[in-house]
Amino acid sequence: MSKIRKRLIRILISATLFVIMLLLNIFITNIPLFINLPIYLIIYLIIGYDILEKACRNVIYGKLLDENFLMTVATIGAFCIGEFSEGVAVMIFYQAGELFQSIAVRKSRKSVAGLMDLRPDFANKVENGMVTTLSPEEIQIGDIIEIKAGEKIALDCIVISGQSNIDTSMLTGESQPKFVKIGDSLISGCVNIDGTLQAKVTESYSNSTVNRILDLVQNAQEKKSKSENFITKFAKIYTPIVCILAIIIAFIPPIFVGNITSWIYRALCFLVVSCPCALVISVPLSFFAGIGSASRNGILIKGSSYIEKLPSIDTFVFDKTGTITKGIFEIKDIITKIDKNEILRLATIAECKSTHPIAQAIMDKNIKIDASKYAHQNIIGQGVIAYDNSNKILVGNETLMKANDITFEEIHSPNSIVHVAKNKTYMGAIIVGDTIKSEAKEVITELHNNNIKTIMLSGDGKEIVTDVADSIGINEKYSNLLPDEKLLKLEEILKDGNKVAFVGDGINDSPSLVRSDVGISMGSLGTDSAIEASDIVIMNDNLKSILKSQVIAKKTMRIVKENIFFAIGVKIVILILSALGLSNMWWAVFGDVGVTVIAILNAIRALKS
Amino acid sequence: MKKIYNMIDLDCANCARRMEENIAKLNGVRNVSVNFLTQKMTLDLDEAFNEKEILKYVRKTVKIIDSDCDVEF
Repeated sequence: MSKIRKRLIRILISATLFVIMLLLNIFITNIPLFINLPIYLIIYLIIGYDILEKACRNVIYGKLLDENFLMTVATIGAFCIGEFSEGVAVMIFYQAGELFQSIAVRKSRKSVAGLMDLRPDFANKVENGMVTTLSPEEIQIGDIIEIKAGEKIALDCIVISGQSNIDTSMLTGESQPKFVKIGDSLISGCVNIDGTLQAKVTESYSNSTVNRILDLVQNAQEKKSKSENFITKFAKIYTPIVCILAIIIAFIPPIFVGNITSWIYRALCFLVVSCPCALVISVPLSFFAGIGSASRNGILIKGSSYIEKLPSIDTFVFDKTGTITKGIFEIKDIITKIDKNEILRLATIAECKSTHPIAQAIMDKNIKIDASKYAHQNIIGQGVIAYDNSNKILVGNETLMKANDITFEEIHSPNSIVHVAKNKTYMGAIIVGDTIKSEAKEVITELHNNNIKTIMLSGDGKEIVTDVADSIGINEKYSNLLPDEKLLKLEEILKDGNKVAFVGDGINDSPSLVRSDVGISMGSLGTDSAIEASDIVIMNDNLKSILKSQVIAKKTMRIVKENIFFAIGVKIVILILSALGLSNMWWAVFGDVGVTVIAILNAIRALKS
Repeated sequence: MKKIYNMIDLDCANCARRMEENIAKLNGVRNVSVNFLTQKMTLDLDEAFNEKEILKYVRKTVKIIDSDCDVEF
C-alpha cells in the first residue's frame, strides 16, 4: 500500500503547487518566462520523474509505443509550444488516474478473490490423544483430524465421532446447513458450524475437493473469450495507428495552412489518448467479476468464453435421471385392500438383504421387523422370495407372480410396480419411482419463456420418460438410449445448427458434456470426471442454478459490450474533436484515465448479481 | 511443461498484454498467458531448452516492460 501512498503524496504536493502557480498567473500578469518556466518544470519533475525515467529506458530498448514514452512526448511537447500549465496538468491528471485505477483494480481483485476464499489454512491432527496444528499439505490419508466449531474443513474426510451442522454455502451457495453424524463424509472447504468433529482423512490435500476447485478457478482464467481476443488485437493496432495519425496531423496540414503550433497541440492530444488501457483492463475485469459472482452462487464457470457462449444457447438438452429427477427411488403409492403397514412389513422382510434401488426405497421407510428366521432367495429379473417354516413371502414383478400362479391385480403405471404376496394369497402392490425435482417444472417453463428449446434424453423406457417429460412440459424427449446413443442424438441436435448446452449429473455422460457447446454438470461436488469434462459445474443439486448462471452471463456480457462501446466511442470522439481543434489536453486526459476508471467501476457491477 | 508463477506489482493491464506478446516470442516458450487480474503468469516451456535460461529471459522481458514488476520463480 505504501506505493500508493507515496504516489498520493506526490500528487497532492504537485497539485497544490500547480494551483498556486495558476492563481499567481491570474493575479499577476506578465510573470517573466525565466520565473514561470523553472517553477513549472520543478512541479513537472516532482509529479513525473518516474514516467520520464521509464520513458528513457524504453527509448533505449527501442520501445517507442510505450505509454510512459508517449505521455512524456505529449507533456514535453506542451512545454515546447509554451503551454506549461497544460503540460503539468496532464501529468498530474495522468498520475491521479493511474492511482485511481490501481486502487479500483486492487479492490475488485480482492473482492473477487474473497468470494473464492476457500483455502483452509490449517488442520488439527489428533495422534495419541494429542492435537497438533499442521498445514493441510502435511496431513496424510488415514490421519485423524479434529474440526472445532467455526473451523474450515481442510481435507475430504469421514466423521468418526461427534455430530454437527455444516455450512456448505462457500461451495454450493446453499444456505441451509447440512447435518452430519458418524459415517458421513465431509467435503473440504465447508465450515463446521457448531459441534466438534473428529474425522478420518480420505484424500490428501492436493486431491481434496477444495484444492481441485481452487485449481480449476485459477486455471479457468486461461481460456480467453472472443471479446478478450478482440480487445487484445485492437490494443495491438490502436496505439500505432493513433501515433501515426498524430505525426500526420502535426506536420502535413501546416504545410498548407501554416500555424504549426496549433497543429502540434492537436497532435499531442492524440498521444494522450493513445493508450488502450480502459479496454485492456475493463473487459477481462468484467468477466473476472462475472465468474466471481457465479462462484458465490455455487456455480463454477471454467472460463470467460463460456460466459460469452451461455446467453446465445438456444437448446438445452437434459439427462433425465439425477438431473431432472432426484435419481433416488421413493415409494409413490401403495395399492392394497389390507393395512398399508402390513404390506410394507412383508416387503421389508423380503427385501432386507437386497441392495437393489427399489429395495432401498422400501428399506428407507425404516419398518422394524425381525427377519432372522427367514431364508432369502433372489430371483434375478423377478424379485425376492423369503420363507421360514410356516410362511412364504413373494415380493417382485408380474413375472414372479405368474411363475408362482398367483392371481394379481394388473396396474398400469410408468413407475416400477412391486407386487407382494404371502402364502399364495395376493396382498397388494407398492409403486416405486424416481421423483422429479420440485423446481424442474418452473425451470423448464422459464427456459421456454426465454425462447429456449428443451430436450430430454434418457436410457429409461418410453412410458416413464413420457410421464416425466409431460409432467414438466419439456419440448422433446428420447427414450431407450444407450450411453453412446445419447451422444449420437446430441450430435444430431448440434448438426441442425443449434447452440446446445448439455446438462447432466456427470457420472456417465462425460462425452456429451465435452461435445456440447456448453457442458453443465450438476450436483457433482467430488466427482472428478464431471468437473474435468464440464465447462460449468453446478455444485448444488438445484436446477434453478442454470437460470442463475444465464442471468449472470447475460449481465456480464452486457457490461462487457457497454465497456467496449463506451471506451472506444469516447476515444474516437475525442480524437475527432482534437483533430478539428475543438478539444484540448484536459479532455484528452479524461479520454485516457477517466474512461478507464469509469469502465472499471462499470465492470465491478458484474460482481453484484 | 506448464507452470504457474506469481507476479508482484503488476500494475498495468496493457503492460501485462505486452509482456505476453513479447514473452511468447522467446525461444523455448510454447505458450504464455499473463493474467493481470490474478497476478499470475502461466508458462508452457519446451523441455528441450534449459529452463533456468528461459526464465532469465522471461524476467528480463518483464523488467523491460515494467521495471517495478517482478516474477516469483
